[in-house]
Amino acid sequence: MQPASGVKRRASYTGLYAFLASVIMFFAGFSSALVVRRAGAKDWKPVPMPDLIWMNTAVLAASSVMAEKARRDLRKGDRTRFNAAWALATLLGCLFLYLQVQLWYRLRDAGVYMESNVSGAFFYLGTIAHAIHLAGGAAAMMYLSYRAVRLELGPGRRTGVDVATFYWHFLGVLWVYLVGLFWFLAA
Amino acid sequence: MSFLRRYVFSTDHKVIGIQYYLLALFAVFVGIAFSVIMRFHLSYPEAKVRLFEWLWPATASGGVMTPELYLSLMTMHGTIMVFFVLTTAPQSGFGNYFIPLQIGAEDMAFPVLNMLSFWTTLVAFLVLCAAFFVEGGAPLSGWTAYPPLSAVGSIAGPGQGLGQTLWVVSIALFCAGSLMGAINFITTILDLRVAGMSLMRMPLTVWSWFVAALISLFAFAVLIVGGVLLLLDREAGTSFFLPAGLLINDRLLPNDGGSPLLFQHLFWFFGHPEVYIVIVPGMGVVSTVLSVFSRKPVFGYKAMVIAMFSIGLLGFIVWGHHMFSSGLNPYSAIAFSVLTLAIGTPSAIKTFNWIATIWGGQLRLNVAMLWALGFVSLFVSGGITGLYLGQPALDSYFHDTYFVVGHFHLIMGVAAIFAIFAATYYWYPKVTGRYLSETIGRIHFYVTFLGVYGIFIPMHYAGLAGNPRRYADFAQYDFLKDLTVLHKFITHTAFTTAAVQLLFLFSLFWCVRRGRLAGENPWQATTLEWAHHPAAVHRGPYEYSVPGSRKDFVMQNETAS
Repeated sequence: MQPASGVKRRASYTGLYAFLASVIMFFAGFSSALVVRRAGAKDWKPVPMPDLIWMNTAVLAASSVMAEKARRDLRKGDRTRFNAAWALATLLGCLFLYLQVQLWYRLRDAGVYMESNVSGAFFYLGTIAHAIHLAGGAAAMMYLSYRAVRLELGPGRRTGVDVATFYWHFLGVLWVYLVGLFWFLAA
Repeated sequence: MSFLRRYVFSTDHKVIGIQYYLLALFAVFVGIAFSVIMRFHLSYPEAKVRLFEWLWPATASGGVMTPELYLSLMTMHGTIMVFFVLTTAPQSGFGNYFIPLQIGAEDMAFPVLNMLSFWTTLVAFLVLCAAFFVEGGAPLSGWTAYPPLSAVGSIAGPGQGLGQTLWVVSIALFCAGSLMGAINFITTILDLRVAGMSLMRMPLTVWSWFVAALISLFAFAVLIVGGVLLLLDREAGTSFFLPAGLLINDRLLPNDGGSPLLFQHLFWFFGHPEVYIVIVPGMGVVSTVLSVFSRKPVFGYKAMVIAMFSIGLLGFIVWGHHMFSSGLNPYSAIAFSVLTLAIGTPSAIKTFNWIATIWGGQLRLNVAMLWALGFVSLFVSGGITGLYLGQPALDSYFHDTYFVVGHFHLIMGVAAIFAIFAATYYWYPKVTGRYLSETIGRIHFYVTFLGVYGIFIPMHYAGLAGNPRRYADFAQYDFLKDLTVLHKFITHTAFTTAAVQLLFLFSLFWCVRRGRLAGENPWQATTLEWAHHPAAVHRGPYEYSVPGSRKDFVMQNETAS
């Protein structure tokens, strides 16, 4: 007996929430390590934040907006608009990853290395961990685009898109949190 | 379906459950072998053993074990047992096999993810074992891998080089596998229950897997953080955990400002909940087995569920009791102490309810029941010493003595193993269609039961006498000379207890084909794994000896009693 599609949809969301709980715990552990390590340190040097970080934030926000628009288009059954918006959201996500790499290069050129100071190490670790999660999300979005091209998505088959969009928004919020964390504690 | 898809890269929850169980079975015999070798060395430190030289030519040349080899065996024993046996078998092994059966689901919610979690765990195990075969051998820093010595590389000891790196990678992989498993467990239990299976009609086994999955979800992610930071300290030259002015083997390290205590916080924030990931599934199995073989409902079902949740919750706020002697602020030590002792309350509720469950029942003392009763006994014996260790003043004496070793082996090590045995005997007829041998089972049980008490109770005395743990050799300390006889007794008991486990191994494989045939519901149990394709559930999980009923048990999917 195959479970009904409603059950599958609910299960997809539950699985996502459980996954997000563990991601939140990862970044909570990361944040607490940063706070504790900073509190006891006489050697803490601020990280010079490149201005590129605001550009990055804007790109990721735009990507989230496009993903949300795509999700709503699909729910209305407008597949053409969905395809365009979804592809744009995915591209913006990839652009964000590209800009992240540029950001790391700029930091390196400014003399911030993993081993030079622990504040920089925290910055690299936090942003790389975020980028890995984002790359996973982008891969999922590309897979969904592939399924859209094969006409496998529609108003009645949109759980994948809904779940991926939720995850995408989550990564956006996580990014804002990380920028705030580094801005107030490491910059 | 090809052989590979059906038995190797299978997405079927039953096959994956068996795969996990077999992995744990292999791992447990490796772990037992290490403990026997360590006990042998402690009692006969001068003995020359060909086998040691053959196995470890670099660290046991001439057949005499070096302290480094002893420490690497201790590290690997702890790591293998905690992660690949006690976490793997009760949760991933039995959980995968029986969650879908007990809640009436076709399979787990995400079968491919399920397969992936097993293979990640297997790769983690292989990476860990590989540590023995690299330059310098296996790591020396214990299953807790405390920095600074775990973070500075091979200058801290031969196994602290590549061996320690492999250890960290293995644990990170294990975390990833466990997280995937936890996501699957939680989703399956919440969303795939058959009609009528309300949460409060779930067997306590399902509740226990659910609680352990929640704990895994929140704990393992934090361990990954600790592992990644440790790896960066080792490989990328960072100073998360390495303080300034560190002098190791006459070398001054360039690091600055790091905090070894930070690692302990991250590790034990995971490490304490981990012991509940280990023991809570055992509690679920024991509750069920006691009820089935007493022909009585579980006493205080709701209280049992609440107690499991309280144990899981409290488990997250007591990690400091592992760090009483690490330089913790004494005020926070008091807070951690009070919270720790508070866990005694839900634990006592559970113990009381187990006793009340068997009280006045028509006991069927078969082997599964014996293991379950043994579990309760060990849980009480090991729990009582927890009350001593949970107090900072007493712990400052007991810390790092054999008292601790005795305590955690009783309550977490062998208690969980007893639950695994209870589960194995109880569910073997479901998996294979045959019974395990009761005769072999009784010999196995009684020798093991007396054996584990014979091993671990004397360790408490050794600890009281001030015997430190983790030492490769006591012979050179005068104040420990009087304990030589005690240690010999422990060693010989350990040999006997280990040997009798081979009997179990034989029985486990022999009975697959030669065991006595079991019927469909051999224990006359009520839960759904013994039913045929249940379409709906009409009652709670433990309806034994219901007044006015014609049988002494009513299955969950039966409409009329």
